[in-house]
Amino acid sequence: MTQIMIVGATSAIAQSVARIYAESGARFFLVARDASRLDAVADDLRVRGAMSVECLAADLSDHDRHPEIIAAAFDAYSGLDTVLIAHGVLPDQPHCQESVQSTLDSLNINFLSVVSLLTPIANRFEENKRGTIAVISSVAGDRGRQSNYIYGAAKSGLDTFLQGLRNRLSKSDVHVVTIKPGFVDTPMTAHIPERGILWAQPEDVAKGIIQAIDKQKDVVYLPRFWSLIMLIIRSIPERIFKKLSL
Amino acid sequence: MADSNYTSWGRFPQVNQEGLPLAWRSDELPVAPEEGASVLPYGNGRSYGDVCLNRGGLVFDTRALDRFIRFDTETGLLRCEAGVLLADILRLVVPQGWFLPVSPGTRYVTVGGALANDVHGKNHHQAGTFGCHVIALELLRTDGSRQVCTSNENSDLFSATIGGLGLTGLVTWVELQLRPIDGPLIREESLKFSNLDEFFRLSELSDGNFEYTVAWVDCVSRGNSLGRGLFARGNHDAGPYTGRKRGEKPRISIPFDAPFSLVNQWSLKTFNSIYYARQRERKKVRTIHYQSYFYPLDAIGSWNRIYGPKGMLQYQCVLPGEDGRDALANMLQAIAKSGNGSFLAVLKVFGDKPSPGLMSFPRPGVTLALDFPNKPDVFRLLDRLDDMTREVGGAVYPAKDARMSAESFHRYFPAWEKFSAFVDPGFSSSFWRRVGGEVL
Repeated sequence: MTQIMIVGATSAIAQSVARIYAESGARFFLVARDASRLDAVADDLRVRGAMSVECLAADLSDHDRHPEIIAAAFDAYSGLDTVLIAHGVLPDQPHCQESVQSTLDSLNINFLSVVSLLTPIANRFEENKRGTIAVISSVAGDRGRQSNYIYGAAKSGLDTFLQGLRNRLSKSDVHVVTIKPGFVDTPMTAHIPERGILWAQPEDVAKGIIQAIDKQKDVVYLPRFWSLIMLIIRSIPERIFKKLSL
Repeated sequence: MADSNYTSWGRFPQVNQEGLPLAWRSDELPVAPEEGASVLPYGNGRSYGDVCLNRGGLVFDTRALDRFIRFDTETGLLRCEAGVLLADILRLVVPQGWFLPVSPGTRYVTVGGALANDVHGKNHHQAGTFGCHVIALELLRTDGSRQVCTSNENSDLFSATIGGLGLTGLVTWVELQLRPIDGPLIREESLKFSNLDEFFRLSELSDGNFEYTVAWVDCVSRGNSLGRGLFARGNHDAGPYTGRKRGEKPRISIPFDAPFSLVNQWSLKTFNSIYYARQRERKKVRTIHYQSYFYPLDAIGSWNRIYGPKGMLQYQCVLPGEDGRDALANMLQAIAKSGNGSFLAVLKVFGDKPSPGLMSFPRPGVTLALDFPNKPDVFRLLDRLDDMTREVGGAVYPAKDARMSAESFHRYFPAWEKFSAFVDPGFSSSFWRRVGGEVL
């Protein structure tokens, strides 16, 4: 039976993943900022078959609280076998260009807070010689674009951090999976008016995440066609790419 | 954001409306971004006409309010958010020995939509409407209030909200009493009838012993064949079952809009004749999965696309009493004569169990439902059908309507004035603006 910690448990993708685990009777330790939203998610998972759901409401930009959160998560069921990191914000790029503080805040939540959480979690898993760390990154980390590079930079930093972590932990049978969704129809992206064929539903992305965890994939693009799109985007020479308006 | 995704199932009328997704029941009711703009909750867009539309206004997209809150497997009491689909409920509760107390012809409606339209099903003669099984609900209104409504507490708002077409406020959650079952199967008997008298006789004979009854009627044939059809009656059954297992998703899907309506005189005649002739024996008995029994059309994704880009109109009326039987015959005659009509015209005799809903549609009598391609002469035909319905003191179902006059609506729903006192001043719909005002 899965014992899973989900950070950012009220995100649409995390909820969809959790519902699939709930049906197989998993035990959950959920972390998110808003306590009443967290309760709504917890109740839903209990009805759907979760064996147990523990919640902790916390603002993850406050790194000082991370050790306490992690201790509570590992103590809840005497150990964890999976950690899913799903929190993040989509910053307003033009606003970030005007405000250093907004830029740093978004880098803090999208990158530094993940590093701060995963450093002690990785050490525990390494010691136990088992566990899976799944992190929701983004296709935006594959190349910096004028429209979204603050978000992209955080995700790119995260990708490199996870690469190194994977390399290190593979010796201890700890599995690290980097998940790179494309456009997903969630509250985080609700303000984007255009909805084309590239957009995916969180339920479909969630199935891909579970598959990636089960099959011990290293890096997955979800839906899969994004790997091809990003291959093309990455292969455009920088002297041409810089002139594009992407 | 302007989004053409917010359409109704009949895809007529087509309107531009902004959608605002709501995801959390603990949030306050958002205020409309523009002063004076009205709002309307929108579920899964399965009502046919304009009760789910708010032209020029805002709709609250409630599909992300899709969480269960609690489910007592001993008593069958289920509380869930209003955007949960009936399909999600069935997936959860059927394996645990429970079933929806009332189900419409598709499982892809939200709980909020089922409540707001006070939907009915094949068991109306025994179970009444969906609203008869709603124990409690929570309502958010633009005055900032958050109220739990039951038959005892805020009971006026409770009965106004059941069948209240989403106009009394935003329903965040609903508590429902489910009914127990022994398994997912239905034992179905299908009987041929050759005229309306036989249909009514079969209904009288069956309604006591069968929980579910409904009939398909050939709405194309005239003369001696007028009112012929197939009567389907069923009960939950413990099995055994020998058929195929049904999947969750539609097996086939209409991938794009037909360039024009594929429903026309010729296709109708062919389909209706084949459908009647296909069953050779007078009575056929089979035990089938509940999905095949209740939701045959759910097996064809986006079937509304066969009507082409102009969409379709549904007409569902209830005709009470002895006069109603004559009116039904006259209607079928008028429909057959017009050459319009539908593949699946449905007949059922409603029971007399009252709904708590102030504006509920079902009432004792026979109900006829069928769809028409959107063509100019169809509007004239439907006006004639309305005349017949009015004459016998019947009613037309708002959930399926896109064209009834305000005058007709007031006749069908005499409680409408009392109801308007409960309409949230910030809420409105295309339907309500069309029928809820003064008769000019």
